[in-house]
Amino acid sequence: MKDISTIMWKEWKDLLFQSGVTGVVRPLIIIGVLGILLPLQSKASWLHLPLAGVLGILLIPFFVIITMVGDSFAGERERHTLETLLASRMPDREILVGKIGAILGYAWGIMLMGLLVGLVVANIAFWKGHVIFYQLDLFLAVVALSLVVNALGACGGVLVSLRAATVRQAQQMLTIGMIVLSFGGVFVVNLILRALPPGLFSSLSIAALLFLIVAIVAVLDLVLLGITFARFQRSRLILN
Amino acid sequence: MDTYVIRTEHLSRSFGVVQAVNELSLEVPAGIIFGFLGPNGAGKTTTIHLLLGLLEPSSGRANVLGFDTRSQADQIRARIGALLEFSGLYERMSAEDNLDFYGRIYHMSAPERGARIKELLSHMDLWERRKEQVGKWSRGMKQKLAVARALFHHPSLVFLDEPTVGLDPVAAATLNDDLASLVAREGITVFLNTHNLVEAEKLCAQVGVIRQGKLLAVGHPDELRQEKGGSQAEIFGHGLNKHMVELLRKQPEVTAAELQNSHLTVTLREKSEIGPLVSLIVKSGADVEEVRRGKANLEEVFLTLMEEKS
Repeated sequence: MKDISTIMWKEWKDLLFQSGVTGVVRPLIIIGVLGILLPLQSKASWLHLPLAGVLGILLIPFFVIITMVGDSFAGERERHTLETLLASRMPDREILVGKIGAILGYAWGIMLMGLLVGLVVANIAFWKGHVIFYQLDLFLAVVALSLVVNALGACGGVLVSLRAATVRQAQQMLTIGMIVLSFGGVFVVNLILRALPPGLFSSLSIAALLFLIVAIVAVLDLVLLGITFARFQRSRLILN
Repeated sequence: MDTYVIRTEHLSRSFGVVQAVNELSLEVPAGIIFGFLGPNGAGKTTTIHLLLGLLEPSSGRANVLGFDTRSQADQIRARIGALLEFSGLYERMSAEDNLDFYGRIYHMSAPERGARIKELLSHMDLWERRKEQVGKWSRGMKQKLAVARALFHHPSLVFLDEPTVGLDPVAAATLNDDLASLVAREGITVFLNTHNLVEAEKLCAQVGVIRQGKLLAVGHPDELRQEKGGSQAEIFGHGLNKHMVELLRKQPEVTAAELQNSHLTVTLREKSEIGPLVSLIVKSGADVEEVRRGKANLEEVFLTLMEEKS
């Protein structure tokens, strides 16, 4: 854990808090959208997590990850810091998990802050005489789904960044990957749903259905993490 | 404990048809600065990568600090410091944070890290600027910081890959002075890749010369000068002329002779005497006033080796 937190400390210092004003403004904009704009648009129904809220919770941190994760290894390679890091005692897995954890923690942390601000804003703007919390089962399911989906994005992004020669190349590959996954994913899900007996999920609540999806995506996370571990070879990274 | 911190046996590494390191057998004793000399592309950086276990050898083996580079690379990397081809500094972070990060990597406590940052940055005259982003610094300052980072966690062996390349002479001299004093104070072994022969001559107790992946010579700079460089003589006087230069060049103990301004420069083979040659010149009509003997410098040895093997 100590090594993972060391890598996360460096990532946050290097990427996020040393880039001047933009480093502070960027998360504030996202928190503003998720915590002020969307709740004010959705009014009191914000706390029941309407579709806009669910999409915001899922997609906003995902886009944050996709725009930043390309830098994780390709950026180090481009700035000639990777070789020195690899020559240190830091173990392979700790480097990888630290990098994934840093980007995921940043994006997911911003999302949680946005939800907290949204809770306060919705309660103040549409006061019902007592404090109202988000609809708990749905809130937990959506937040859990957000975590596993964003972990998938972070793992996939790090995997791409591992072998990309430059940050630009990594970002191009991630953009193409996202397009393929979005359209391909919809197609595959559609095929699976058609193959399943009709009404199979009708007895499940939306929250239960979301938890089922969380479990499936969590398995995909583990598979992708395993692939990323396997692809992390110091000798290949040095030669790339 | 083994007195050699690095041992390689027939260590080789190829990239396709290119043989980057070729049958390298080397022993580096503890507690010295070992200079690894060679022209660009000689295989110096690949050798460091092999010794750090960052690359697998194609054949042969290497042992660093008693650990095998193939199977115990983690153990090696836990005990060494490295300044590789690039400084490897995080330019958006401050100097203090750069050192702090590497201290954390090596599990140093916060008070230990703080004390070491102050000690090294003060030694390098960088303490006052510790809060500045490294990206705003000059190349010389960055290299000093990178050397400090390599030494930060008190490693017993440090690899430095051309630390003064690209620096102006003043910055390079300052860095070398800082390096020499730190190495003497901390009692560590340094494996120094360089093609700067003046630097090697000044800093290194032993040097190895590599070309196209092959080790050509190894030893103390004085030994190499003795073995490979022969010796030089400068003869001053009146009446020295081109005819005498031709005469000297015909002598078996002379490898080169030149008339420079008003004196003759003669390069002799190993263990040759200058006396008979002076007599020859005097007999030819010259009035010899002074003879100065000197040894070839490391640069001449290096060039001789490069010519011999090409």
